[in-house]
Amino acid sequence: MDSFILQVTTGLANGGIYAAVGLALVMIHQSTHHINFAQGEMATFSTFICWALIQRGVPYWVAFVITMVVSFVAGVLIQRIFLKPVEKAPILTNVIVFIGLLVIFNAFAGWIFEHTIKAFPSPFPVEGMFLPQYFSGHQIGSIAVTLVVLISVFCFFRFTPLGLAMRAAAFNPDSARLVGIRVSWMLALGWGMAALIGAVAGMMIAPIVFLDPNMMAGILLYGFAAALLGGIDNPWGAVLGGIILGVLENILGAYVIGSDLKLTMALILIVSILIFRPYGLFGKPIFSRV
Amino acid sequence: MSALTKNLSLLVGAIALCALPFLVEDFRVFQINLVLIYAIAILGLNILTGFGGQISLGHGAFYAVGAYTSAILITQLGMSSYLTLPIAGLVCFLLGVLMGFPALRLAGHYLALATFALAIATPQLLKYKPIEHYTGGVQGLVLEKPMPPFELTIFGNELSEDRWLYFVILIVGIFLFWIANNLLSGRVGRAIVAIRDQPTAAAALGVNLTFIKTATFGLSAAYTGIAGALSALAVAYIAPDSFPSFLSISLLVGVVVGGLGSIPGAIFGALFIQFVPNVADQISKSAPWAVYGAMLLALAYAAPNGVMGIVNKFIKRRQT
Amino acid sequence: MKLLDVANLNAWYGPNQVLFDLNFELKVGGITTILGANGAGKTTTLRAVCQMVQTSGSITFVDKRIDGKLTEDIVRVGIAHVPDGRGTFTALTVEENMKLGAYTRKDRHEVQADIERMYGRFPRLKERYRQQAGTLSGGEQQMLAISRALMLRPRLLLLDEPSFGLAPLVVKEIFEIMREISRVDQVSMLLVEQNATLALNLADHAYLLETGKIVLSGSSADIKADESIRRVYLGY
Repeated sequence: MDSFILQVTTGLANGGIYAAVGLALVMIHQSTHHINFAQGEMATFSTFICWALIQRGVPYWVAFVITMVVSFVAGVLIQRIFLKPVEKAPILTNVIVFIGLLVIFNAFAGWIFEHTIKAFPSPFPVEGMFLPQYFSGHQIGSIAVTLVVLISVFCFFRFTPLGLAMRAAAFNPDSARLVGIRVSWMLALGWGMAALIGAVAGMMIAPIVFLDPNMMAGILLYGFAAALLGGIDNPWGAVLGGIILGVLENILGAYVIGSDLKLTMALILIVSILIFRPYGLFGKPIFSRV
Repeated sequence: MSALTKNLSLLVGAIALCALPFLVEDFRVFQINLVLIYAIAILGLNILTGFGGQISLGHGAFYAVGAYTSAILITQLGMSSYLTLPIAGLVCFLLGVLMGFPALRLAGHYLALATFALAIATPQLLKYKPIEHYTGGVQGLVLEKPMPPFELTIFGNELSEDRWLYFVILIVGIFLFWIANNLLSGRVGRAIVAIRDQPTAAAALGVNLTFIKTATFGLSAAYTGIAGALSALAVAYIAPDSFPSFLSISLLVGVVVGGLGSIPGAIFGALFIQFVPNVADQISKSAPWAVYGAMLLALAYAAPNGVMGIVNKFIKRRQT
Repeated sequence: MKLLDVANLNAWYGPNQVLFDLNFELKVGGITTILGANGAGKTTTLRAVCQMVQTSGSITFVDKRIDGKLTEDIVRVGIAHVPDGRGTFTALTVEENMKLGAYTRKDRHEVQADIERMYGRFPRLKERYRQQAGTLSGGEQQMLAISRALMLRPRLLLLDEPSFGLAPLVVKEIFEIMREISRVDQVSMLLVEQNATLALNLADHAYLLETGKIVLSGSSADIKADESIRRVYLGY
């Protein structure tokens, strides 16, 4: 029984990371209706920046905050420079741009920081602050951090005028302009926020899986699945989806399939769910008039 | 262009195509074979994505199934290499139709994820221990390239296995391109495009959405599957890691490079995904993928409709 | 005083020119209507004023040129546009739609007061304030669209075919509200309509658009009275 609970708690902790990545994807999708395939590589790059700062003696939380800010600014710049020219282009052209960015970030990460695996510190105590027999300190810490990020994001979109404007710009850019919203900048903001959230996710997962340029590849997929599972425009859904996914992956891996196929099985399960609930578990279908 | 000029250029083209493999060394022929194979695979994906409007990030899976079908039939049943091609196509067609059903309910990003899941799952599934006896597990399967049926030497180069395969692939390719062209410019093609652009209106006009959409998936999978089977013959070795998820992404890149919904564009797409990584490697040893990525970006900004988009613009300008 | 002055306006959708050398103006406090058949270019004219299509020529609002500016900046000088098809944010709630109308305003308390006033004028919206806007009926969406536009406290209100797709009784209600808005809120209006009768009853001045050119201009009273014009151009 104990080992079952351990699987669940590990699943919860991992799920929190998937949730954060899923959240970043939902963020960009809400504002631009695109999935940022480069999200994982951007997060990895941000994590490398944090690592480099810590190596130079910057205290952890200072490096953490600096990385968040740098990532935010970088996200905004990337949207302005690379995504704006293809704003009106078909979806697949945008997909190519995302793939291009993905490849470039990965290449630069490898070039600047090399491919050797690095250890990344955790700011949390080794022993869990809460239910130490089931949760390590880092697991509790990363769940807490993810919760803080999530709640901030939710409140931002739900309760602030800027958040409302961003949602409006995503749903109907023409009407948004007619109420005075600077749609282009809303998109840039969405990217900045997504980059920031991605960076947080990267910094939380790095202590567990160790830091190398390909760190986020599998995790991005989980994040994507989490976002879809929850309904692509639903931040809460992404979080719930991430947690469900984390737990599912671990339980399946331990009791049903064995680690080789757990990724496959988790994904097949998601696809099956999507067949019955094409808009995700909590998504709302958007009706379009012909 | 007058009919005479057209026929003459076709003749010249045909002669050039036949002479080509004898003008270059074996390794280059091998690379050209891969380009032709990728072109068929890309055409397959274009049927689904360019014409049908359904995004697939998982066509590498069909490529792999085609390859493994062919390889298993050859190693286990001693079947003739050529016979495995239509069988691989049929198997992939059925698989594609099967995938087409859930795809009916998923759209856009959801379909992209589902197909990407397929792409990622494929290497893992191929390594699955219980079927190792057939698939060769992690080590994969080694094949023999089909022998040329007769001897021939032109320009001092003999008809090697690679050169013989070139002609096989060329004929299969021309045949498949011809079918695709006829199908897509006729009623079926219009139905497919109608569903892509305005599914509700298409349905209201009597187009059977379910049939057309699943058939499109099946056809698309069949083409890519045949390409995969050809690749098994051409490379003479397949293993689970020959079909990473990046293959599926490359095929999509090929579709966009060539031009969505363009049949001739597939060749340019194939040339891109075969040679650009090499070119990038030569430009920058330390970060070749950064160069590849930069080229992708340049492509997206400068040629959003792919190579064929630019070609068509030139043609239009010459006509006005 | 002239509120809007449009001179030599041309407009294109891509390579196709749809408006040819338009000249018209609006006085403060007036209601002007642009009439014409389907495809005459009425919607394009309104979109041209908001710079949502490519234009050439000058558009002057009060005393400043607004051609060449971004739509979101034109809104900020006091022009509100109720687009054809309503343009409501269907996935957002009724109240969120209204709040967005006031996005550019800084006076928080006044905004809340204005929302209450809108609810007073359109009680049906108040009932549904937390509903997804997309679930509202056509008439209710039109009311919502107008409310959202008024939340800007605009000096000029552009309305694109407010009668479109609505039942006659609902249309009557909406046009009466528009009359009231013009009087009480003191908003000038530029109204584009296919339904000539309704428009001429509401507006003071009318322009008739035919394939992108203005072919007629005059006061509504004159046009209504002139039988030959009515027969030839307006079909009744």
